Order: sequence, then C-alpha cells, then structure tokens
Amino acid sequence: MAPYWLLSPFLLLFLVFGLFPIGFSFFLMFQAWDPVQGLSSMTYVGLENIAFAIEDPLVWLSLKNTLWLAIVSGLPQHLVAIPMAYFINEFLGKWRNAAMGAYFLPYITSTVAIAIMFSSLFSTDYGVVNVVLTHMSEWPLVGWLFPGANVDWLGQAETIKPVVAMVVFWRYVGFNVILYVAAMQGIPRDLYEAGRMDGASNLRLFWHITLPQLKPMMYFGTVLSVVGGLQLFEEPFILTGGRGGLEYSGMTTAMYMYRTAFEFNDFGLASAISWFLFIIIALLTWLTNRAFKDRTGAA
Amino acid sequence: MNTTQKRNNSEGAALAWTGRVFLALGGIAMLAPFFFMFVFATHTRADIFSVPPPLFFSDHFFENIQILMAKIPFWRNLGLSLYVGIMATGLTLLFCSMAGFAFVAYEFRFKKALFALVMATMLVPAFLGMIPTFMIMDGLGWINQPRALYLPAAAPAMGIFLMRQYISSAIPKDLYEAARMDGCSEWSVYWRVVVPLLGPAFGTLGLITFIASWNNFMGPLVVMRTPEMYTFPLALRSVQSPVDTEWGALMAGSAVAVIPLLIIFVFSSRRLIEGLTAGAVRG
Repeated sequence: MAPYWLLSPFLLLFLVFGLFPIGFSFFLMFQAWDPVQGLSSMTYVGLENIAFAIEDPLVWLSLKNTLWLAIVSGLPQHLVAIPMAYFINEFLGKWRNAAMGAYFLPYITSTVAIAIMFSSLFSTDYGVVNVVLTHMSEWPLVGWLFPGANVDWLGQAETIKPVVAMVVFWRYVGFNVILYVAAMQGIPRDLYEAGRMDGASNLRLFWHITLPQLKPMMYFGTVLSVVGGLQLFEEPFILTGGRGGLEYSGMTTAMYMYRTAFEFNDFGLASAISWFLFIIIALLTWLTNRAFKDRTGAA
Repeated sequence: MNTTQKRNNSEGAALAWTGRVFLALGGIAMLAPFFFMFVFATHTRADIFSVPPPLFFSDHFFENIQILMAKIPFWRNLGLSLYVGIMATGLTLLFCSMAGFAFVAYEFRFKKALFALVMATMLVPAFLGMIPTFMIMDGLGWINQPRALYLPAAAPAMGIFLMRQYISSAIPKDLYEAARMDGCSEWSVYWRVVVPLLGPAFGTLGLITFIASWNNFMGPLVVMRTPEMYTFPLALRSVQSPVDTEWGALMAGSAVAVIPLLIIFVFSSRRLIEGLTAGAVRG
C-alpha cells in the first residue's frame, strides 16, 4: 500500500484541481445561466456558446493579436538566443556565469514589476524611451529615422503590440540562451576538432556542426515559445491596464476569456473560448512537430 | 602552422570580439530596465519625469513607500505573499518528494500509467483551468483564502519529476533496503532515511516554487477579490491607474517585489538555472 499513500496527495490534488476542472470546463461550454440567480438556473444550451464564440469578432481579433504577438515576440528570441549562446559558450571564460545570470534575470522577475517598469519607460511625456528617441532625432544623418515628437506607445493602437512583443522578447530571450548553451555543451568537441583539421572557419563550423546539432533543442524551444506565446496573458494584461488597449489591439485570447468570465459574467462563453484556444495550441504544436520531423528525418 | 589556420585565427579573434561586444550590449539591454527601476524608486514622481531622466540614486525611497502605504495595506499584502510562498514551498517539497520516492522505490500496478499521467499534466495550459478553478473555489468557500493559492498547485509534475530524478541518481537503493531489513516502517524509511538526504533537491525545487509563488499574478487575480487579501503583485497593480499614477511609489513597490528575488538569485543562480532547465535539457 505504501506507494499509493505516498502518491495520494498528488492524486487527490490532481483529481480535485486538475482533472475535475478540465471536465467541468468542458461541461460548462454547453451551459448557460444567469449569474444573479446562481448555478441553479443553469440550463443546457447545446452548441450555442460555441456558435456565439465563432461569430464574435472580438474572438477572432484577439486570436489575430495572439498569433501576431507569439510570432513577433517568439521568433526573434531564437534568432538572437542561438548566436548569443554560441558567443557565451565559445568566448566567455570566467564571465560566463555572470553573463548567463544577467540574461536570465528577467525570466525570474515578477511580471507586475516588469510591466510597471516598462510602462514608465514607455510613458508618453518624458518617459526614458521618448526622451532618448527625440534626442536621437536631432542627430545628423540618422535623425530622420527617429520620431521627433513623443510617441504615446501604450495609448495608440499601432504601437501597443510592438511594445508588448518587445517586453515579452526581453523577458524570455535569456531562458532560451540558457537552453541553447546547455545544448551546445552536449555537442562532442571532436566534431569541431575534425572540422578544424580540415581548415574550416568558425563560421562554417557554426553553420555545419553547431546548428544541425542544435535541432532537437530548436524544436523543443520553439514548441515552448509557441505554447507560451499563445497563452500570453500577464504581460499584455498589465501593460494595457487589463482592457487590451485602444481598439483592443493588445488584447490576447486568454485576456478576452478572462474578461468574458469575470467582467461580463459569461462563464459558458468563456469556457468555449478557452477550449477554442486549447485546440489551436494543440494544432500548432502538432504542426511544429511535423515541420521539424520533415526537415530532420527524425526529431 | 599553415596559412588556413593563421587566417582562421585572426578570423576567430575578430569573431570573439564581435561576440563580446554583442554580449555586452545585450547585457546592458537586460539590466538597464532594472537600473532605472531602482533609480526611479528613490525619486519623487516629478523628478522621474524630468528631462533628462535621473540616472543616479536619490533619497526619496521611504517617502515613496509611505505614499504606497497610504494606498494599499502594504505589510498585509507583503505578509500574505510571504505566507503563501512559504506554505506553497513546504507543501510542494513534501508532496513531490513523497511521490518521487514512490516512483523510485516501489513496484506497483499502474506505475507506468501514473507516471505518464504526472507528465501529461504538464501539457495542460493554465488558462483552461482558470474558470472552473474559480467556480470550485467559490463552491468550497475558498475565495479570498490563502489556501486557494498554495494548495491546488502543491504537487506539480515538474517537482515530482525533479525529485524522482534526484532520488534515483543520488540515493543508493541499498540504503533503504537496509533500513527496511532493520525493521523500519515504510514511512520512517521515507522520513528518516530519504528526506534527510534530499537537501540539494529541496534547495532547487524550493527556490523555484517560492519564486513562482511570489511572482504569481494570474492565480491571485482570480481568487483574491478584496484589497485586504491581495498578494503583493496584485496590490501593486491596483495602484496603477490610467491617470495620476504615483510612479515613484510604484517603482519603490516594484523594487520591494524584486529585491528578494535578486538576493536569492545572487546566492543561487547556478542552482536555479540548472533546476529550471533540467527538465528541458533531459527531455
């Protein structure tokens, strides 16, 4: 009996707070009730919530925002993290742990503190970003590249998403750097020695040895970024004051689900939205899997 | 040394310097926001938004904290965050080490299936449980109760996995076989033989759990509905408003939220990094 009671806390918590909520959420998707009268007024409404979610333009808008943010914040993370990890692994001796620490720090910092930090840096009047940019716009030759007037970064529809994407990129790039450094340490050194004997340059070694050897980690890291990016909630939620910003341009699907449940009190519709998002995440994970398998033969 | 190698050496040096410059710029980009946060935390709201912005520390930190205290029940929120973090950490260490030990030391029916189940729970995204979790907590009368925060997540798959790996690799099976021979009960094998040897694994998992709990935002957002029961991050966010934000106070509050993490990080960054990437690298 010993293994079962040793596992009982996990099993109990899993049943009550893991399995049951998922089943319950699935059930809620087909129900509607008046929040004022409580759960006793719950009635089966069939596919009504799902149909409503599909016809809701805000669901699609939020989905578009989420995909945009996942790609624009996710892809550059890997494009930057791989060369960074390479440089850390090859050229940093005793500074290596300090560098990894600095890059990793944002990952373990509270989202609220990060969002507050960046809200102030990006604020319209006299925020550091605007002060620097307007100053740079007065530089000769390159000045025209920078805005001469203060930009309302978090207050206008076109700039909210890029700012959120930048914050997300800043927060998670270091995590990927660490993953790639760990993966690079697993590459056998004699592969490089052999390449060097043949007179291959560093760049060629990177291209023909490092990158192919990193494929499994690229797959893993990409899946993490896709899955994480599509669930994006905290960063845009705090940066846009919970409402998604002007024209909802910073509202992700997870945020819309939260608002549907806790501001509009429609838990049935919110459950339908959450399953909708779950299916899309599962689908994209599967597609990423396929893409990597096709290119490598076996991932 | 032939000519190709010479060319490669100078090319290598150029690449090394490019790399160092690239890394230094990246490091500045990573740390600059923290620098501004700490500097701003010591300035008044008016000073923060002057041109050029302040680049050095001033002496308004405690003033800023006082402004914050007038807006939120500061010590209560902070204490709640600490309490939830400690409870979450204690329970997680207990439950995960129990489960990890069970998976290493015993053969039983459904062992493989149960372990697969543990790992599968990692794949379920958090937002899917958000609404039903709220309704369950509401049904249990746990809204505004700290236990609604530390109990549900107290047996995370990652922790069970970490413990299983550590127990199977660092604790020789003979050790608890011998204890059993000597007539130890199964519980005292776990409690007296295994637990005292789990120090390093407890350290890593404990840090990860505490940090995650300390930073948690989505969880308390859903179940903590009154300002007296807000955890610290939630309270901080409530101070943020579209107009007339007390930036100095907010920055000081953010600094308070980040300082414990910095202290933990300085002393244990390597262990933390190893723990957080362990599953990834082995997977």
